[in-house]
Amino acid sequence: MKKVLTGNFAAAYGATAAKVNVVAAYPITPQTTIVEILSEIVADGHLKADFIKVESEHSALAACIGAQAAGARTYTATSAQGLALMHELIHWAARGRLPIVLTNVNRAMGPGWSIWADTTDSISERDTGWMQVYCENNQEVFDTILMSYKIAENEDILLPQLVNLDAFFLSHTSQVVDMYDQKTIDSFLPPYKPTIKLDVENPRSFGALTSPEHYYEFSYKIAMAHEKAKQVIADTGREFKKIFGREYGMTESYRCDDAEYILVTYGTIAGTAKDAVDRMREKGIKVGAFKIRYFRPFPVEDVVAGLSHAKKIGVIDRAVSYGHGGAFFTESKAAMYGHDIPMYGFIAGLGGRDVSIEDISGMVGHMQHQDPENMIWIGVKK
Amino acid sequence: MIEIRFHGRGGQGSVKASDILAMAAFKEGKEVQSFPFFGVERRGAPVTAFTRISDDEIRIHCYIYEPDVLVILDPSLIGAVPLTEGLKPNGKIIINTVKDPRDFTFDDAENPQVFTVDCSTIALEYGLGTASAPIVNTAILGAVAKATGLVGIDSITEAIKEKIPVKKEANAEAAAKTFEQLRG
Repeated sequence: MKKVLTGNFAAAYGATAAKVNVVAAYPITPQTTIVEILSEIVADGHLKADFIKVESEHSALAACIGAQAAGARTYTATSAQGLALMHELIHWAARGRLPIVLTNVNRAMGPGWSIWADTTDSISERDTGWMQVYCENNQEVFDTILMSYKIAENEDILLPQLVNLDAFFLSHTSQVVDMYDQKTIDSFLPPYKPTIKLDVENPRSFGALTSPEHYYEFSYKIAMAHEKAKQVIADTGREFKKIFGREYGMTESYRCDDAEYILVTYGTIAGTAKDAVDRMREKGIKVGAFKIRYFRPFPVEDVVAGLSHAKKIGVIDRAVSYGHGGAFFTESKAAMYGHDIPMYGFIAGLGGRDVSIEDISGMVGHMQHQDPENMIWIGVKK
Repeated sequence: MIEIRFHGRGGQGSVKASDILAMAAFKEGKEVQSFPFFGVERRGAPVTAFTRISDDEIRIHCYIYEPDVLVILDPSLIGAVPLTEGLKPNGKIIINTVKDPRDFTFDDAENPQVFTVDCSTIALEYGLGTASAPIVNTAILGAVAKATGLVGIDSITEAIKEKIPVKKEANAEAAAKTFEQLRG
């Protein structure tokens, strides 16, 4: 069934279609309407789940951690400062190996106070052990939530996943979304059946004191799960295509085969970049767009395979790591070590600044005529 | 792909109009996208909203800088904000006004096709809003359908009934009336 939905509705309907058992959320700004929609769906009886309204985002994730450890499939959503307030428990969820799915609407961190698109909030959670995926459109939001549970709950992975979408450019933008048939979704994503959970009949200890003798191995196992996740993500994407007709990998190439210039992007800018590529191709410029969906695990192999034939590479970040550059840029550059291809780091769209086709074409113009730099700011008012 | 930019004032329903137009085109099998200018809305302040309609997947995710169609819900915005900026040559401008299309000239647009219709009076006839603040968002969509041919009036009235929670019939009939009364 197709409907015209905002990104917030696509996320809420995705969680509903995934038949989550527990939703815990704090409903105040910077929260979006995602949990408000879910509260109505639960109240109307269309989703048989416990909706736990809590007093902060920190508690929202704490509630999800408890419920997930007890064997429930859990969901929460937040943004910006809300995600930051969860930070301590974001580590907890990953180290506790709890496959929670969290939708983060990417909003800028304050002050200056902002509710607009910027991915600094999620990039700041890079080293917590969560998998991170960035969506280009509302269909991808719906589809990604379904796939996220399947990937996160895989016995070889058991890690939480952050599903990111740009504030307003997806969250408040309506697009056509195919929500499929619930029976088909159920066969793709059966109920969550953990082999280890909190159970009074079979008591276990979760999150106990861990001496230097064991902590190192716990960390090693999380790192190895991220490595395995690359294959699980690819396999899940292929299975999804077989059933629903849309394929998702860790990355996506657009007109890159013969491209001399490749622009690496993520989120909604990836969509605009495809239109920009078409326009530049009409003018004879050999340019392609390369979308990175997964930031963690970082798709090093796909990035190398997809970019190593380019003459010049530009990376557009909607966030900045102060003192060095955009994270997608620095990670892509590290992945391309040894390839000797000039790489340009563009900082764009912070705090909801619009990134137009003209802006993106300007970046390619910059790559054609200027020397590479780590931080190239687009249209700064001086 | 056709790009439509709505200009109104907070309280007139410009954002809802962009959604209903998208919904109507979706009913005819099109790919659509609709969204507001992302800001903090205040009653009476200028509001901008956007609709994209296409036969193919819509991938672009930025504001509309070169619209094919402008829909002006409040004529007092003319001269107050740069409405026609970026309008494509031969682009269409639909204005809610008692005036005639010939009364308008837009020096910065290339050969625009101007259409007018008195949505405010029609909205009040159907009890939509008050004399000081008529709600014209549904009414003007009939005129948009007629002027552009992008969607049929039946799709517009169906979409209105789906998206508007109260006075569904009155809103739909107001749109049907502007469809008939469009000038230009």
